[in-house]
Amino acid sequence: MTELQAGRDARTLDVPRIDARPQRYRDALIALVAFIILALLPAFFGSKQLLDFIIRCAAYGLFATSLNLLVGYTGMISFGHGMFFGLGAYGFGLMMQKTGVPVPVAFVATLAITCVIAAVIGAICVRLKDIYFAFVTLAFQMLIHSTILSWQSLTGGDQGLRGGIPRPPFLGIDLSNHLHLYIASCALLVIGLLLMRQIAQSPFGYTLRMVRDNATRASFIGIDVWRAKLTIFVLAALFASTGGMIMALFVSGAYPEFAYWTISGEAIFINMLGGVTTFLGPMVGTMLFLILNDTVTRLTEYHGIVLGIVILFFAIGLRKGLMDFVVEWVAQRRGQAGEHTP
Amino acid sequence: MDLDALAGCLTSPACLVTQTTSGLIIGMLLFLVAVGLTLIFGVLKVVNFSHGAFYMFGAYFAMTAYQLTDSFALAMLSGALGTAILGLVFERAFMSRVYGADVLMQLLVCYAFVLIFDDVVRMIWGPEFRSMGMPAAFQVPPLFIAGGVVPPYYLLLIGVALAVALVLGLGLARTRIGKVIRAAAHNPGMVSALGINTGLIYGGVFALGGMLAGLAGALAAPVRSLTPGMGFSVLIESFIVTVIGGMGSILGALIGALLIGLIRSFGSLGFPLFTEGLMYLFMVIVLVSRPTGLFGKEVA
Repeated sequence: MTELQAGRDARTLDVPRIDARPQRYRDALIALVAFIILALLPAFFGSKQLLDFIIRCAAYGLFATSLNLLVGYTGMISFGHGMFFGLGAYGFGLMMQKTGVPVPVAFVATLAITCVIAAVIGAICVRLKDIYFAFVTLAFQMLIHSTILSWQSLTGGDQGLRGGIPRPPFLGIDLSNHLHLYIASCALLVIGLLLMRQIAQSPFGYTLRMVRDNATRASFIGIDVWRAKLTIFVLAALFASTGGMIMALFVSGAYPEFAYWTISGEAIFINMLGGVTTFLGPMVGTMLFLILNDTVTRLTEYHGIVLGIVILFFAIGLRKGLMDFVVEWVAQRRGQAGEHTP
Repeated sequence: MDLDALAGCLTSPACLVTQTTSGLIIGMLLFLVAVGLTLIFGVLKVVNFSHGAFYMFGAYFAMTAYQLTDSFALAMLSGALGTAILGLVFERAFMSRVYGADVLMQLLVCYAFVLIFDDVVRMIWGPEFRSMGMPAAFQVPPLFIAGGVVPPYYLLLIGVALAVALVLGLGLARTRIGKVIRAAAHNPGMVSALGINTGLIYGGVFALGGMLAGLAGALAAPVRSLTPGMGFSVLIESFIVTVIGGMGSILGALIGALLIGLIRSFGSLGFPLFTEGLMYLFMVIVLVSRPTGLFGKEVA
């Protein structure tokens, strides 16, 4: 595609308001209300299944939303984002099993490790375009997966990290208590989403949209495209890793499937399902996907076929995610179509 | 790490021959898959993420045909033709709908088919490992070259792959159809304005790519075990091959595949746990030094 064509296809940008503070307060308020509702939920619906579902939503939701920072905001289609999910789960699990450090220390240390690995992998990958980027990230995902499988003495090979993850209480929080784990997952989810929202709405976030729409033009006006892409690649990896840690805490272990390529494929599908043009699209996609997956797995052992057909329906039939339709519908009702760039 | 074993092998002719032939057959099978991938990319500008499934179907078709007819030639033929038809249908019915769309859509459609095809194989042939068994014609004592063991089947495999490389290379460079295909890769709009049915060319190239992957699967069936999902690791490796060789280049695919094959067979001696890692390391070195691959400039 030539730059002229790219320029023609580009979506119009909302210029960020100079005083972004009111929006920031509004986002923080929404996050706080959401957290309070989630935290009060167990008082009314004590069902363990529902809480489990929300914990899984938190893990997958952070992961999928962080992928949207790459796919939707920067136009970098990573097909290996799941490696950071797996890294988070294994890093955290190993840290707790082998060293016995307090949970917050292990949390921060895992993020630090993810940050270093993502910076190295990103430095190699982000100069590549479209399909090359997608496949080379995928190749790195497979490298990490095969490392996990073959480094048996450390990771337990294909059996995964077994024997449970010890979680000594800290600051009055006991993560082996199901309710505490639930509240902690919700807190991580809400904080993570709020942070990602801040990134997306910051001047840096608008730089990313510009890189997506026309990287050449962005570099002409003095933006270091490589650096912007690498920064968002590492940031997204950190949130994916957080999702992986929630997952490791939830299942009390880590399995090679967490780092397998299918988990990246699922994240891409989740983004497609919810829609990549809204910030909360991937979150909606996560809920739909988990409900769909649970239902299909219960009904048939061939859930690949059913999922595949649903994906085809969305990719060829609708070509849009669910939230895109909602946004369009709202915009139409307001009679101001076109005002829905993220 | 076991560098002594590697050094020991490099100094012994017997081991050198054995490892080189095993590297060559890995490389040749990869070449057949990768050349289809690179051809489809060169002409259609899409990466067929479900290409591994064609390899898998080729192997299963060959196994079934062999069990039914007991003829090795028919097994190879049905592996190749079956996947060619599958490729044609797949391209016309689905892939052709997402040519204009962005990469995300193309990847998703292929991803959907990876899931569907794997489950279809699981439904028809069952989830367990299957094997075709070596055909009777090749159950002869192996050849000894300089003390190294070379099964005759390996020679057939290498010969077929080399023949395919030669026919493809000459066909694209010399024949009229080859010219049309290269023209369509370069400027499809102009080609169709000259009265050539580009849809047919696209379908044909996709079928050819699928057929080559299916042939690779059929050739691999006697020496590898068959399982649903067997195509995926082949896909990743052949993608690494095309990245190393340069997308769209047939010669690049051949060289890349041979390099990967040799790295795998000699790497398994020196670094048994890090064989796959060596492959990725090599890819990273190539990408950093030559982002378009070793032969990236040429377009098929």
